[in-house]
Amino acid sequence: MPASGTPAAGVVRVTLPAALTEFTGGRAVVEIPGAPASVGDILAGLGAAHPGLRDRLITERGGLRPHVNVFVDGENTRFLGGLDTPVGDGAEVVILPAVSGG
Amino acid sequence: MASGDGTSGGGTLLLGTTKGAFLARARGGGGAGDGGWDLDGPHFPGEEVYAMAYDDRAGRSRLWAAPHNPFWGTTLRFSDDFGASWSGKAERSVKFPEDSGLSLKRIWQIQPGSAREPEVIRLGVEPACLFISHDAGERWEAVDGLLNHPHRERWHAGAGGLCLHTIITDGEPGGRATIAISAGGAYRSDDGGATWAARNNGVRAEFLPDKHPEFGQCVHKIVHHPSNPARLFLQNHWGLYRSDDWGDSWTDIANGVPSDFGFAMAMHPGDADTVYIVPLESDGFRCTPEAKLRVYRTRDGGASWEALTEGLPQRNAYETVLRDALATLAPGQVFFGTRSGKVYASRDDGTSWRLVCEGLPPVVCVKACAPREA
Repeated sequence: MPASGTPAAGVVRVTLPAALTEFTGGRAVVEIPGAPASVGDILAGLGAAHPGLRDRLITERGGLRPHVNVFVDGENTRFLGGLDTPVGDGAEVVILPAVSGG
Repeated sequence: MASGDGTSGGGTLLLGTTKGAFLARARGGGGAGDGGWDLDGPHFPGEEVYAMAYDDRAGRSRLWAAPHNPFWGTTLRFSDDFGASWSGKAERSVKFPEDSGLSLKRIWQIQPGSAREPEVIRLGVEPACLFISHDAGERWEAVDGLLNHPHRERWHAGAGGLCLHTIITDGEPGGRATIAISAGGAYRSDDGGATWAARNNGVRAEFLPDKHPEFGQCVHKIVHHPSNPARLFLQNHWGLYRSDDWGDSWTDIANGVPSDFGFAMAMHPGDADTVYIVPLESDGFRCTPEAKLRVYRTRDGGASWEALTEGLPQRNAYETVLRDALATLAPGQVFFGTRSGKVYASRDDGTSWRLVCEGLPPVVCVKACAPREA
């Protein structure tokens, strides 16, 4: 079930694609506490709360998987600072599989 | 293997695969392959051939191909003897301007211009840009209005690369044109290519937080018929659409198809209401739904679609037909190739199908032509 209302201070809400909800008990929207300051912090928080999820987003080299996009307030963080992109209080974070042409 | 002398006069298929190009020539009368097909190739063995074309304007009978070598890059090659020999690797050079910071990866489309512009050829390339030649392919220049488009930095590539794969024009020199980029969306120029505006109103982008952005859609193919140039049909990365106003607005026409995801789309050569597609189950699976190889045809401009199955496997057919692997040829021939290396032909508007060949490398390009008699 999606969370509703405004998240508490220091909490960032993250929307996940259906393919990753098996790691979150079926929830497409999860909250990351601890005032995460960057996309990297968000992904670390996701991994801590939901074992196995981080490995689906981050390679063993520490980079975002090439066909995963993380949006902060609608902006693709690949065009911003990548994992260092700052995440403000109340930011809307959405993770989506990238389009894969062929 | 047949020798290639270009004199068959029958239907000929230009087949681009991930391991070279093949030519399939129809045997016997009518050129529809009733007597079987002769296969010639591979040309450019080991190289990916995503784009081929036949140019019969201005007295020519010229094949074009754009092989991509993973080590040595992409070259543009032509043959005036139907594949018996090809131009050298250095003869036709397609290069981005030095100050662009870009370098050519692949050529995805080779598009001879209309009969009214017999010396014009356009190329759709990766990274996404349009190149044009005004001297039948001697010299090439990047189209500045797309090369320096302000949206360029926001276009994004997927696994297939950032490619400009579709070029549609009104046939008039200096006229209107529509191109499509995966993933950038559709763009139209009304001034001969000087400026380009996004034309994606109504086309969705499932992979973005904003499902209906101005641009950034992953358009897979657009087709139209010269007799009704303002009407466009679009196969999207999720979504099947029609526009009746040159792309100003798009309407969903996924009426009765098993999936609105797919790559390939082709226009009937003689009927502006008839279009062919090959739906795929999803962007995750990318195979034909229910393991049935079905071409879908509309004869009413997308109001309804029917499955065409006669002669096509309906069990254990986990097939994929890519964006340029479906083609038509007058009067009623339809052809497609699959990622598993099969090629099928129909001579009755798609109602029934025969296998042309199998066992090819993955097929990424199918073009059909009727070469002139020598």
